[in-house]
Amino acid sequence: MLDDFIVRALLAGMGIAIIAGPLGCFVVWRRMAYFGDSLAHSALLGIALGLLTGISGNLATVIVCSAFAVILLWLQHARILATDTLLGIMAHAALSIGMVTLSFIDNQRFDLHSYLFGDILTVQSVDLYWIFGGGIIVLILLVRYWSSLTLMTLHEDLARAEGVKTFWVNLMLVLLMTIVVAVSIRIVGILLITALLAIPAATARQWVRSPETMAMLAAVLGLAAVVTGIYGSAYLDTPTGPSIVTAATILFAVLFPVSAVLKKRRILH
Amino acid sequence: MPRLPSGSSISFMSPLISAKNVTVVRDGRSVLKDVSVDIGVRDFLTIIGPNGAGKSMLLKCLMGFFAPDQGKVSPRKDLRIGYVPQRLVADPTIPITVRRFLHLRKKITAEALKSVVAETEIGSSLDRPLAVLSGGELQRVLLARALLDAPQLLVLDEPAQNLDITGQLSFYKLLERVYKEREVSILMVSHDLHLVMSSTKNVLCLSGEVCCYGEPNSVAKNPAFISLFGEDMAQMLASYQHHGHSHGHNHGHGHSHSHSVENDTDKKAIPHA
Repeated sequence: MLDDFIVRALLAGMGIAIIAGPLGCFVVWRRMAYFGDSLAHSALLGIALGLLTGISGNLATVIVCSAFAVILLWLQHARILATDTLLGIMAHAALSIGMVTLSFIDNQRFDLHSYLFGDILTVQSVDLYWIFGGGIIVLILLVRYWSSLTLMTLHEDLARAEGVKTFWVNLMLVLLMTIVVAVSIRIVGILLITALLAIPAATARQWVRSPETMAMLAAVLGLAAVVTGIYGSAYLDTPTGPSIVTAATILFAVLFPVSAVLKKRRILH
Repeated sequence: MPRLPSGSSISFMSPLISAKNVTVVRDGRSVLKDVSVDIGVRDFLTIIGPNGAGKSMLLKCLMGFFAPDQGKVSPRKDLRIGYVPQRLVADPTIPITVRRFLHLRKKITAEALKSVVAETEIGSSLDRPLAVLSGGELQRVLLARALLDAPQLLVLDEPAQNLDITGQLSFYKLLERVYKEREVSILMVSHDLHLVMSSTKNVLCLSGEVCCYGEPNSVAKNPAFISLFGEDMAQMLASYQHHGHSHGHNHGHGHSHSHSVENDTDKKAIPHA
């Protein structure tokens, strides 16, 4: 018999996997893994501010992450520091300020662990609305701008010469990532969101010949990892986020050598 | 697109892009200083200049990537530009075939694709991943993509920079053929003036400001050019000009103020004229 909380967790996880697949492709192609990680770290500050002010945690996270992303883009654009240094500063500053802020909040029910690594028990119906509402927005915009994004990823000036408003499309991609980060916290946790974006996409890469199939296969692999991980978490009583990421890693570890062998035998191109 | 009136000395066609007194300042240094240039219909303008002369910056201003700090760039209304970048680093983490790359963001018919593919000789690469192509193949694919929309102006930024000498020769040959067979103007930044000497109509020599402008042979004799590139380069170009230039340009109109299409009754440059 399926318990309510598992059904909610499964629905949430599947929703996240479907949007994380295509978006994860851009994380892999554009080397945004560290960027995504920094964004996720800033989410803790959003949660803290949400608890302080009493507004919805999801909303506070989206707002704080977006602000963080815009500041990051601006500093990156100003070229004051190398990007990895900048991300290193910003990510850990955001995490630390979030932790310090949380320490001022006297809330017995607050469980930091569940925010860092995800917990299926924390998923509520309102989170599902956020995941599917946000997910539909992300998917619509990704489909609408898919070609422009792909062209920009290959050559930004080429896209610009062909009339793509690259600044705005870049900004959009970053804001879509903040949505995914915000809605994924309940399931995979702040520290592991980037893994859910990057691992399925990286696993899919070896098996496909077009950007679109990579996105779809990444979503399917993400679904498999999420379902396995959530069942594992529920029945083995393991932490949810790490269980999902472990499942994704096993898929990667198994499929990668298989694709290498098939490529060598020229079965897979 | 209007056909050039053959033999007429004055044709009243506005330039495709007109830049007036363009100045760009970066970090307190003027990268471009008071640059004025027109790109006319059926023009083939090559921009040369030492490193850091602002060549790429000028291209970006002309294409409208950013507005100059002073001056004005006015493109003709609804101008279709095909852009060929210096290089495309095809990242193997992005799975994409040449065919899909050519279709990205473009609505093209099968016939249009077929003819451009034949023109640029990339038929054998169409279904290969972009990441496995050689430098020369990639540049031809980029040229093909630029040609797909039947542009009025091709803009190329050192398109043969990363090719070996054979690749450079065949790329410029292809470009010359494209120029002859299509109703297209070309604006190119190139270091390989000796290789484009016979194709290009006009040369703009840039070193932050316009150092000289005109037909290749007149530019090669210009003292400003010689002082910038040295006597050896000038002599080398002069000899290229002498032996290699088979076009019937009307010599003696190496004016540096106007560069519209007047006087250009070159039969070779205007097919079916």
